[in-house]
Amino acid sequence: MPVVDRQEWDVVVVGAGGAGLRAAIEARERGARTAVICKSLFGKAHTVMAEGGIAAAMANANEHDTWQTHFRDTLRGGKFLNQWRMAELHAQEAPQRVWELETWGALFDRTKDGRISQRNFGGHEYPRLAHVGDRTGLELIRTLQQRIVALQQEDHARTGDHECELKIFQECTVTRVLKDGSRVSGVFAYDRETGRFFVLRAPAVVLATGGIGKSFKVTSNSWEYTGDGHALALLAGAPLLNMEFVQFHPTGMVWPPSVKGILVTESVRGDGGVLRNSEGRRFMFDYVPDVFKEKYAESEQEADGWYDDPEHHRRPPELLPRDEVARAINAEVKAGRGSPHGGVFLDVSTRMPAEVIRRRLPSMYHQFKELADVDITAEPMEVGPTCHYVMGGIAVDSETAAARGVPGLYAAGEVAGGMHGSNRLGGNSLSDLLVFGRRAGWHAAEYARSLARERPRVDDEQIGAASAEALRPFALGAEGGVAGATGTAGAAEAAGAVEAAGGGAENPYTLHQELQQTMNDLVGIIRRAGEMEQALSRLAKLRERAGRVGVEGHRQFNPGWHLALDLRNMLLVSECVARAARERTESRGGHTREDFPAMEREWRNVNLLCALADPAVGRIRLTRETTPPIRPDLLDLFDKEELAKYLTDEELEGGLSR
Amino acid sequence: MSGYEARFRVWRGDEQGGGLRDFTVEVNEGEVVLDIVHRLQATQAPDLAVRWNCKAGKCGSCSAEINGRPRLMCMTRMSVFDRAETVTITPLRAFPVIRDLVTDVSFNYEKARGIPAFVPPAELAPGEYRMFQEDVDRSQEFRKCIECFLCQDTCHVVRDHEENKRAFAGPRFLMRVAELDMHPLDAAERSGLDRKRTAQEEHGLGYCNITKCCTEVCPEGIRITDNALIPLKERAVDRKYDPLVWLGSKIRRRPS
Amino acid sequence: MRAPGRAAITVAHLRTDRWWLAPAGTAAGLLAFVVYSTWRAFANADYYASPYVSPFYSPCLAHNCQSMRGGPNADLFGSWWGISPAIIILVFPLGFRLTCYYYRKAYYRGFWASPPACAVAEPHRKYSGETRFPLILQNLHRYFFYAALLVAGVLTYDTALTFRDAHHAWGHMGLGTLVFLANIALIWAYTLSCHSCRHIVGGHLKHFSRHPVRYRAWRLVGRLNARHMQLAWASLLGVALADLYVFLLASGVFDDPRFF
Repeated sequence: MPVVDRQEWDVVVVGAGGAGLRAAIEARERGARTAVICKSLFGKAHTVMAEGGIAAAMANANEHDTWQTHFRDTLRGGKFLNQWRMAELHAQEAPQRVWELETWGALFDRTKDGRISQRNFGGHEYPRLAHVGDRTGLELIRTLQQRIVALQQEDHARTGDHECELKIFQECTVTRVLKDGSRVSGVFAYDRETGRFFVLRAPAVVLATGGIGKSFKVTSNSWEYTGDGHALALLAGAPLLNMEFVQFHPTGMVWPPSVKGILVTESVRGDGGVLRNSEGRRFMFDYVPDVFKEKYAESEQEADGWYDDPEHHRRPPELLPRDEVARAINAEVKAGRGSPHGGVFLDVSTRMPAEVIRRRLPSMYHQFKELADVDITAEPMEVGPTCHYVMGGIAVDSETAAARGVPGLYAAGEVAGGMHGSNRLGGNSLSDLLVFGRRAGWHAAEYARSLARERPRVDDEQIGAASAEALRPFALGAEGGVAGATGTAGAAEAAGAVEAAGGGAENPYTLHQELQQTMNDLVGIIRRAGEMEQALSRLAKLRERAGRVGVEGHRQFNPGWHLALDLRNMLLVSECVARAARERTESRGGHTREDFPAMEREWRNVNLLCALADPAVGRIRLTRETTPPIRPDLLDLFDKEELAKYLTDEELEGGLSR
Repeated sequence: MSGYEARFRVWRGDEQGGGLRDFTVEVNEGEVVLDIVHRLQATQAPDLAVRWNCKAGKCGSCSAEINGRPRLMCMTRMSVFDRAETVTITPLRAFPVIRDLVTDVSFNYEKARGIPAFVPPAELAPGEYRMFQEDVDRSQEFRKCIECFLCQDTCHVVRDHEENKRAFAGPRFLMRVAELDMHPLDAAERSGLDRKRTAQEEHGLGYCNITKCCTEVCPEGIRITDNALIPLKERAVDRKYDPLVWLGSKIRRRPS
Repeated sequence: MRAPGRAAITVAHLRTDRWWLAPAGTAAGLLAFVVYSTWRAFANADYYASPYVSPFYSPCLAHNCQSMRGGPNADLFGSWWGISPAIIILVFPLGFRLTCYYYRKAYYRGFWASPPACAVAEPHRKYSGETRFPLILQNLHRYFFYAALLVAGVLTYDTALTFRDAHHAWGHMGLGTLVFLANIALIWAYTLSCHSCRHIVGGHLKHFSRHPVRYRAWRLVGRLNARHMQLAWASLLGVALADLYVFLLASGVFDDPRFF
């Protein structure tokens, strides 16, 4: 029995992004002793990457904006697959969540009359995004971080200890949620700095670990996005919802390699940037789908007129929804009309004077100048789709953010599914974090209080199994040495050869690269049944090889080891994505099937749930479930003609209150 | 431009000791120093410890010293170096090293806790706050800070004098005091907290000799010295070295 | 730098650029000015060539001042003051520049090597910054700023006087007039770009929106303030050149080219 440090807490929050910190604040304010565990330093979470803003119907910029309008936009964006009660709560509570940030010191950009300024964004009917220039995510994180510090200062004033009620365990990774019967009893984690294991015993655990982008080769996500929370929930017995919906942002940088995937903001196109292929053609005119034909321009002349006179011109096709643009770019590249580095050209240099570009797109100018040595006022950018966000996630209760089937487990933020349906609108992620982060923290604290007298027990056997699992890569590394660790380009092949010969440990970096390549090529933006079959068989092989991952060195801050442990999560999640994607035989939002290109009304009320069939093997079982009908008063917010595009006739007949 | 083999010297070790190790590693067009460190990890030194996150200059995790200058590894392009040049990478030298390029930056988190938080005005409810853009501009500049702690690292007050760490909050957190003192809604003064005075008396503003290295290294281009530290010094002067104010406080002071 | 726990690197720095250039240049420049101005301040001669009075000797406040008709002299100190009258007044601009936030950086780096350059270890064992005497007196910069305003006012008056000819008749101009105009413009720009000035005109406010005029003044000073370093050097050079010009005239090296 390994000796590991154990501590007692009421609520443990895994992840210190927007959702995790908001949950921790709420839990602590409601009297729960709360611990936050995060892989990075406190304040470095991926939330800082969010640029656009926080969507909330505060009606500061347009007085007609209401939560109902916001709800409607969200459902349209998600193609009506959203967990509608979540979308409703989200739209109702978002303004309050933004305002309380001000109480904690946030400084948003202002309107002329001193209120929070709100900006336009794709899919939102009114200007709705509270923002701070193009660094809204940073402001959000910093504000929450400083709120946590403020609470710690209060505790310190009272008790002399900053961390007695609310503690951040930074640079620590959770590898298992521990259970007592069906209930959560705590988490097993290791400290990245020292490599030491520890157990936080707690009746309630909030997962707020973000997304899964690091399973894809080209992504705007950081290294932390390895689907940890998704995998922890699966392993704890909670199902994942609709994992096939992955948002690819159409414009990520493709060159140089160091920045491949980094986002090029939508405003570049909004301000007049155009997409061209290698033949110099503005190809988006060829990709306007029939349903959008009336709304988008047919000639360059007409499109160019829109920027100055939107009343009398139709929108340029570059401003089609994200999924359409991403698919079009993908098609151009596949047809051999791509840019030298496998993207297309996004050009503002011939559209605006240099000084206007520098004024309107300062961060983009800066980003390309600093990172790519490209002067966007003089030459076009090369861009291509990049994996950006996963709409799918842990299936949760709309009100409480509780994961299904595992009492004590909660999820909020990107790791939770349902809120965004099949496609997320820009700006809705930050508000999602705040609304459901708070709800998760609130209900986790309540739940923990209800168990104050009979707290679930931590099982020593589970701790033993978890530490053995975490130490495995060292045993293998010591035995076989890391195959391919000294090679360069041929590392993957070398590792494969060693494996075929029946010996040697696998290099985690090599496996990770292969996984990313597999997901990118075979379960990427356009999907086909055959390729997904292929992906699943490759994933099975990778999983088998991952069992033989070995690492060198010791446990202190050893990135190879950390990656080896994260591989388990990425493989699990990738399999969920691939299985669910193969199952859903339609195209909707972030899921595009070449072999089933149409959106089917019959699929609208179908959720795909992934659960762990056999924890020992790590096999995924997929089930379908029918979602509850949308409440009639909410359906009344839409025109019947619009609803008819999404809902089946039976649903329509039974659903409307009118 | 094609790839080439570059020479690197990377500090490896821990608090027990260590030294610069030589590597020869492939460099391709458009890469940044962090890419090279990752290539070292993947090919030659799988356990080389490095802290990083967003790789886009937004999170401030990958701070290190490159050729002796504090910088973000993800924002240092290889093209700024001569091909024949040996690039030296060390961990931040003002903080205790944990392993290789990773340092213990807890000093900064302790200092952050030492700065009393924003005090919201009691008479207003959330949603009722009104602030004007010209009033938030100054603090917004400081809130661009990504907390890479390069300013804390380069500041000679603590870099060269470990013993000053106790008394000196460092540029990042003096800037935080300035941010709050300039925050249009901060009601600290009404609650009895004088940030101008505490900046000098508790956070060591007097140690700063405005030699501007913090501003030089800031990857966000925040004018820390001119816009935060010097105005804060002037505000401290208002409180402590203004004879009229001093006289006034003497006269008004009555036994209570 | 070598405190326990830190990465074991013994060298004072690993910089590969010519980091010593800036502090060396600064030190050389300042030193040159100090040498020149010391010589000129103690010379007590060749500081008046009608209608020009050297900025080093203006206002001239002792009995032993050369008489300057309509010029900036007033015998405040009487006859007991035996040495150069420049000393009386130079204290103020000197104090202003010595406590200036830019010059502090310049000489802390250039002369004190504290630090010599960023991320280059300083040679001192102890460091207490501006927390105690004498450096705590740097906080008096604001009062030197007020004094510098007065001095700048006098120098402006001197510049107005340069529109006379050698016989004190108004409405004339010479090359010296241009030198003085340039000098006074730089003096004012430097003085008003001062950080203390920026604080006083508006920087101390919490709500700019309630004080639109002061906000505009603050922004104006802020724009100048961004060039404080350049203005500090330019005005230093300017004042030295103006003095040199007067010296050359007074010592008869050449005559002031008159325009009209």
